[in-house]
Amino acid sequence: MGKRSFEILDVTLRDGSHAMKHAFTEEQVRETARGLDQAGVTYFEVTHGDGLGGSSLQYGLSAVDELKLIEAAVEECKSSQVSVLLLPGIGVKEDLQEAVKVGAKMVRVATHVTEADVAAQHIALGRELGLKTIGFLMMAHMAPVEKIVEQGKLFESYGAEVVYVTDSAGYLLPHEVKERIAALKNELTCEVGFHGHNNLSMAMANTIAAVQAGATYIDGSLRCLGAGSGNTQTEVMVAVLERLGYNTGIDLYKIMDVANDVVAKYMHRPQEVTGSSLIMGYSGVYSSFLLHTQAAAQKFGVDERDILVELGKMKAVGGQEDLIYDVAQRFALKKSSLV
Amino acid sequence: MTKYKVGIIGSGNIGTDLMYKVERCDHLEMSVMVGIDPTSEGLKRAHNHGYVTIDNGIDGLLEQPDLVDIVYDATTAKAHKSHSEKLIAIGKRVIDLTPAAIGPFTVPPVNLLQNLDQRNVNMVTCGGQATIPIVHAINRVSQVEYAEIVATIASKSAGPGTRANIDEFTRTTSRALEIVGGAKKGKAIIILNPAEPPIIMRDTVHALVAEVENEEEIITSIEQMAEEVRTYVPGYRLRGKPMFDGKKISVFIEVEGAGDFFPPYSGNLDIMTAAAAQVGEELAKQLSREAIK
Repeated sequence: MGKRSFEILDVTLRDGSHAMKHAFTEEQVRETARGLDQAGVTYFEVTHGDGLGGSSLQYGLSAVDELKLIEAAVEECKSSQVSVLLLPGIGVKEDLQEAVKVGAKMVRVATHVTEADVAAQHIALGRELGLKTIGFLMMAHMAPVEKIVEQGKLFESYGAEVVYVTDSAGYLLPHEVKERIAALKNELTCEVGFHGHNNLSMAMANTIAAVQAGATYIDGSLRCLGAGSGNTQTEVMVAVLERLGYNTGIDLYKIMDVANDVVAKYMHRPQEVTGSSLIMGYSGVYSSFLLHTQAAAQKFGVDERDILVELGKMKAVGGQEDLIYDVAQRFALKKSSLV
Repeated sequence: MTKYKVGIIGSGNIGTDLMYKVERCDHLEMSVMVGIDPTSEGLKRAHNHGYVTIDNGIDGLLEQPDLVDIVYDATTAKAHKSHSEKLIAIGKRVIDLTPAAIGPFTVPPVNLLQNLDQRNVNMVTCGGQATIPIVHAINRVSQVEYAEIVATIASKSAGPGTRANIDEFTRTTSRALEIVGGAKKGKAIIILNPAEPPIIMRDTVHALVAEVENEEEIITSIEQMAEEVRTYVPGYRLRGKPMFDGKKISVFIEVEGAGDFFPPYSGNLDIMTAAAAQVGEELAKQLSREAIK
């Protein structure tokens, strides 16, 4: 079998938190972590969907304290290591220190694709704490390639060991992923990663494009459990990459078992491309807005697609969940004044 | 009417915008702008407005102490500590626009008069100035158990200081939501949005209250408070109606700046300097009352 040239990083227990409305139980986390560890996944992520400190009225309160979940996951690992996500502006440095105390070994510091400079201190802290430290450029479709390179260089200058192109809206098409990954690969000396969302059914194709363009870290989630239509499906990715001749280091049957015997059992719904997630991918809206938009549409009696299209026009960025209700309320008022 | 002489340390964006606001105050007289870069735009601008400029920082100001009664510090939290000590030692009053938070937090419509006897008062953060009045307005009707605010500002209006110290924003605002807003627990989130044209500052307050007994009373209290903020930030607006969902209340706010030095989208900077000018004005009145005694 071919050479092992990348790491598959599983985000079920972090991106999946959105789809689970941030209500993972300790038992669900333990079983999933055990399965990922046994399947041979090197890194997997456990955090509130919006990163450390994300438990909030804005994004959804965590049913179980994320530190407890991180600790539980760490306890289940024989060889896997646990990653945490941190969005400066939401989480603070102390949150990362706490996560490290319970056993986190990797941090991914995420900013909007144009705002890397808010992350300098957090990246530096990650390195100082001896973590594998990654910079995560979200909503990568919203900036031209040169801007992504500029921001990637900032992350690298702060000490990031990997810089990610993060397609938070599931908007990018394979040629656009290739262009972005190749440019970073060309201009940076650190490694490059890709995180996809499946809103346009492009997650797998985009992941292959990323690997072929030189990405050495790629994200997936079991049964696609993630925001919007979810992520690249980890177990399918293992199969596809093996067929392409790569050695993934992951046992296909075992990763399938955790996907189907553990994750599928607790999922609230299948991760299909629905009307709303399609519109997210089509108009470039942050995938985590999905369930909040459904709730707001219902509360105000408006079409969720109208809300999403408007958010796309307003160039909403990740984290602006409050804007959903603001827009829904405005549409409802407009509607009632027309009647 | 006695006017009190004002010095501003920090000739950057905040300092410059503040200068315009001080010019409009009845009890304040803009006197000196202090910077550390002789070629800075801010110093040139202050000079052109006819003010004394000092380009060697706090040391230069200490050499001419009679130029000022009240000093605003618009530098950094780190620099502020020593600035404050030195100025207080020579009897000056200090208004702190950095997140240093040495002195008590001051949010004009909530506690403007409360801290006027203090040598140093702190202006919290832009997000705090925009949201704490609303938390207070809810809390005076129904005890706020938890207040969470989300401040979304245009990327262009977040300077390098804010960016390098984003955790300080979060921490300082959270604390002030409790201390001044009255919430039992506070949490703050800040989001930068790079859209072009730049977005106007938006703030959302989510509050969990002990009991929603009277929605109308809470709404009235919020609207009255917004009216009060508008007396010094005319572009402060509620967007839509406050939303009630069980014990959760969400209030959406937009802050458009006066456009003095910053473009109007930078409501975040405007509300800081406008609030700071308010505090200076009241402090000057207090000083003149003390002088009469």
